[in-house]
Amino acid sequence: MPSVSEILETMDYGPAPEASGEVEKWLKARGAFGHYIGGAFAKPGKGFTTTNPATGEVLAKVTQGTSADVAAAVKAARAALPGWSKLAGHERAKWLYAIARHIQKRERFLAVLETLDNGKTIRETRDIDVPLVARHFYHHAGWAEMLADEFPGAAPVGVCGQIIPWNFPLLMLAWKIAPALAAGNTVVLKPAEYTPLTALAFAEICAEIDLPKGVVNIVTGDGETGAALVAADVDKIAFTGSTEVGRAIRKATAGTGKKLTLELGGKSPFIVFADADLDAAVEGVVDAIWFNQGQVCCAGSRILVAETVEKTFVARLTARLAKLRLGSPLDKSADIGAIVHPVQLARITDLVAKGQAQGAVLHQAACDLPAKGSFFAPAFLTNVQPANILSEVEIFGPVATLATFRTLDEAVELANNTRYGLAASIWSENISLALDIAARVKAGVVWVNATNIFDAGAGFGGYRESGFGREGGREGMREYLRAPTPRAKPEAETGRLDAAPVPGTPAKDGPAPIDRTAKMYIGGAQKRPDSGYSYSVHGKAGPLGLAGLGNRKDIRNAVEAAHKASGWGKATGHNRAQVLYYLAENLSAREAEFAARLKSAGIAKAAEEVATAIRRAFYYAAQADKFDGAVHSTKSAHVTLAMPEPFGVMGVACPNDAPLLGFLSLVLPAIAMGNRVVAIPAETMPLAATDLYQVFDTSDLPGGVVNIVTGGRDELAKTLAQHDDVAAMWYCGSASGTSMVEAESAGNLKVTWTMANCDWHGADGQGREFLLRATQVKNIWVPYGE
Amino acid sequence: MTNPGTDAVHAHPNTMRNPGVPLQTDWFDQIVVNTQAAERRAATLTTRRTVKKEWQAAWLVNAIRCIDLTTLAGDDTPDRVARLCAKARRPLADRIMEGLGLDRLTTGAVCVYPTMVAAAVKGVAGTDIPVASVATGFPAGLMPLPLRLAEISYAVGEGAAEIDIVITRAHVLNGDWTALYDEVAAMREACGAAHMKAILATGDLKTLRNVYKASMVAMQAGADFIKTSTGKEGVNATLPVSLIMARALRDYGVLTGQKIGFKPAGGMKTAKDAIAWQILMKEELGNDWLRPDLFRLGASSMLGDIERQLEHHVTGRYAASSRHALA
Repeated sequence: MPSVSEILETMDYGPAPEASGEVEKWLKARGAFGHYIGGAFAKPGKGFTTTNPATGEVLAKVTQGTSADVAAAVKAARAALPGWSKLAGHERAKWLYAIARHIQKRERFLAVLETLDNGKTIRETRDIDVPLVARHFYHHAGWAEMLADEFPGAAPVGVCGQIIPWNFPLLMLAWKIAPALAAGNTVVLKPAEYTPLTALAFAEICAEIDLPKGVVNIVTGDGETGAALVAADVDKIAFTGSTEVGRAIRKATAGTGKKLTLELGGKSPFIVFADADLDAAVEGVVDAIWFNQGQVCCAGSRILVAETVEKTFVARLTARLAKLRLGSPLDKSADIGAIVHPVQLARITDLVAKGQAQGAVLHQAACDLPAKGSFFAPAFLTNVQPANILSEVEIFGPVATLATFRTLDEAVELANNTRYGLAASIWSENISLALDIAARVKAGVVWVNATNIFDAGAGFGGYRESGFGREGGREGMREYLRAPTPRAKPEAETGRLDAAPVPGTPAKDGPAPIDRTAKMYIGGAQKRPDSGYSYSVHGKAGPLGLAGLGNRKDIRNAVEAAHKASGWGKATGHNRAQVLYYLAENLSAREAEFAARLKSAGIAKAAEEVATAIRRAFYYAAQADKFDGAVHSTKSAHVTLAMPEPFGVMGVACPNDAPLLGFLSLVLPAIAMGNRVVAIPAETMPLAATDLYQVFDTSDLPGGVVNIVTGGRDELAKTLAQHDDVAAMWYCGSASGTSMVEAESAGNLKVTWTMANCDWHGADGQGREFLLRATQVKNIWVPYGE
Repeated sequence: MTNPGTDAVHAHPNTMRNPGVPLQTDWFDQIVVNTQAAERRAATLTTRRTVKKEWQAAWLVNAIRCIDLTTLAGDDTPDRVARLCAKARRPLADRIMEGLGLDRLTTGAVCVYPTMVAAAVKGVAGTDIPVASVATGFPAGLMPLPLRLAEISYAVGEGAAEIDIVITRAHVLNGDWTALYDEVAAMREACGAAHMKAILATGDLKTLRNVYKASMVAMQAGADFIKTSTGKEGVNATLPVSLIMARALRDYGVLTGQKIGFKPAGGMKTAKDAIAWQILMKEELGNDWLRPDLFRLGASSMLGDIERQLEHHVTGRYAASSRHALA
């Protein structure tokens, strides 16, 4: 140890290790861990070791969960469900409160354990992870208490399978377990194979407080265990992890009726405008990509800087980078700890090399890396074009890309030039500019002049291929509740659509009727089907007419037209309401004609159906400017806005039953919220919908907001579900169609809502649920204070 | 733990002077400071860095080297100042010095009112401890400029080697940069060979933008140090304010090549504060600003707490201030 006099010369910080003795004693006493099932630890089985990535030393042995282990855990959770879900909210609140208290009492233990298992610095586990974990349980104790008041009629989903990643092991556990338990669900959670220890310590806390058995079950294991959990008899899967695995889970759960939330990858933009506090933005980078070794799904990994300030910004960023300290994660003065696993380190190293080979220039801190352990010196890269692999692929390491933009529009274009949409950071002292960008960026979380700020009271979750569903806040609670399911009203199977002419009966004397041609309705114009084929629509008394037999190209054209109508999403709720009222007015003027058309198709309650459709238009017109967001109560001097935003372009496949009302019941809420839709009307009676063009045209509905493609529902729905430029898809139809739509939507992880046909005349046919399903929540954080 | 190279250490304290530059408002009129971000940075400085054991002891000793040991009270007398000077000459008890393996240690300076300068000069005679004097109508500065300049001349005449001037806050609040520049430049001239520390009274300036602008004008006008507070404002030295002043120092350095000193003052009472401000200096400006020629801590009671901490370091027992000499 150098003397005081020597240190006075260097003024170095010196080592400041956090003691880890208590945790090591605990690990030594346990040695090997079995699963936590039904309130008890099972005997350790065959498994694997978990190591300290900073040293490579083995910490403990954990058990590889088999399908049988998963089944046993699910059985325990299932057995606990009736008791737990029937507890009064206050009782569940007390349990969650006890968990929160015990986490606080074990705060340093958990922080040290997390640091050992994950490699993240003690500063972060102590000051960020563990306090957020406790906050999450406290917050959700509150939701448990208020559940009946705040979510009347809602029921828990049931047994939830939860699969969490290794980057925030205990925090992700809290994000999963707290809302699930608050809502009355029971859970089986699988921690990541690299970082299972804090979940097992959490299990001990559950045991310590005598939480009813089976409410929380922890099964350790790798991806195979996760797959077994996905396949198990659970009612919901909540997954946080890679987009690739998320896609596989989407496919695996398709058609099973399992509720699904996915928090996946990101490539979040970090936009620095010329009028930003550049020093603040530089510190932002430290908190974004140099936080948790860059192993953060919402990290601002793509820095976009205004060309005019690039030089200054890069100079300051380089200076700041040189100040970062890399080393033992237990050292209290370490900024950068260890990468979670050698596999990840190799991936980062490989990606960065590829990016360099494609022209990127690496600026890396000149840290000496420790002799052992997985370490990667923090860095950023310049000269990274959008076509560079590093602009596209998530590096998941302490490496940001840096590119420039000239104009505000270019900034938005670059920001949105990604398949992901998890988060965005916007730096500007001009509040008008910052909020303009916040509105235009495709991301579920937007931080203005800040980054990586989290709170249990706000929703977190992504757009696009960053997944769906939200965690935290009111929107997060909804993911663990089931709205009352409408009673299904089975529909008759439809036969194959026949393009062959159907012989009719020769006309009697009298004037010949003028042939009416129903076409596709695309971009506000009537279009002939690309196929050149039509099919006969049959009524009660024979053929009613012909409808176009739509194909993939018609869908492609309709989606393009819908994208062009982007002004609709920016219109005010009032404007959209006016159009919907006008639509009701024009439909009302032709009420008798529409009723007659339905009657000719053999619809029993034809007049009632038209009247209900008109009322529905009024309802969604009313909602258009009233279904709005919230200001979440999070941190002091922060406005946290939760804004429902439209998806953009949605696909809607409509039921055969109630061909007019079913169509409008789905299309109206979607467009009321600002979406543009490509709708497949009732296959057996598309004419009820195609008759609406004239109503749309006379109601000031901009072309492209509603596009109608007639033809085989499932065939067209498949093209829509596969379309990468369609953000959400509603499907009402058969079980096999549901399964197909959910599986095919995995390509771009579009949000799906599948439903069986219901009684569209009744309460099931309209309501807030439709609007919730037509929107995604963007949380915008705006810290304030001069 | 690894860390890229430490900055070179200044060899000759108190030799560099800031020649100043003509007033250039374009150096600061576009400045933006995001207060929330500054507060976040300030709040995490001490959670990201810490010093333990020998390092903690060394950093506390370094703080003593940088303390302007101060008495600025209405009841100051020559004898009171003599006691202060004795503590400045011998800030730690011999047993603690021995335990730390040190043979020589003084505070950075003593700081007094102009009429106490003579007593202070006598008190530090035979050492190289400079005597600093506040002047220019301290603390409010609301006196006619000729009287304020005359006060500087008086203090210099009494033997002050450093003059802590106060600025007219109204010039900042009104954005009258020419008036501020001229005032500080005139004071700098009056200081002659004495180093000038410009007290910005940041608690009165209210916004961090104002703090940055006032810092920049004071440096352009030739201040050798910029100092946060008189100790008499409602809010004195804070880490966010110090952070912004440090960034102004950095920017002035980039633009002129000059290294200007920084002195937080007022409200800092603990050894913990002493470490916090040193972390700020090291992180934002580098090791040069951990030396008394570029860094001073304006404090009076802080030394007592540091001495207790150092005794604990040496003995392993918690200390009592009654066993340490009063300042």
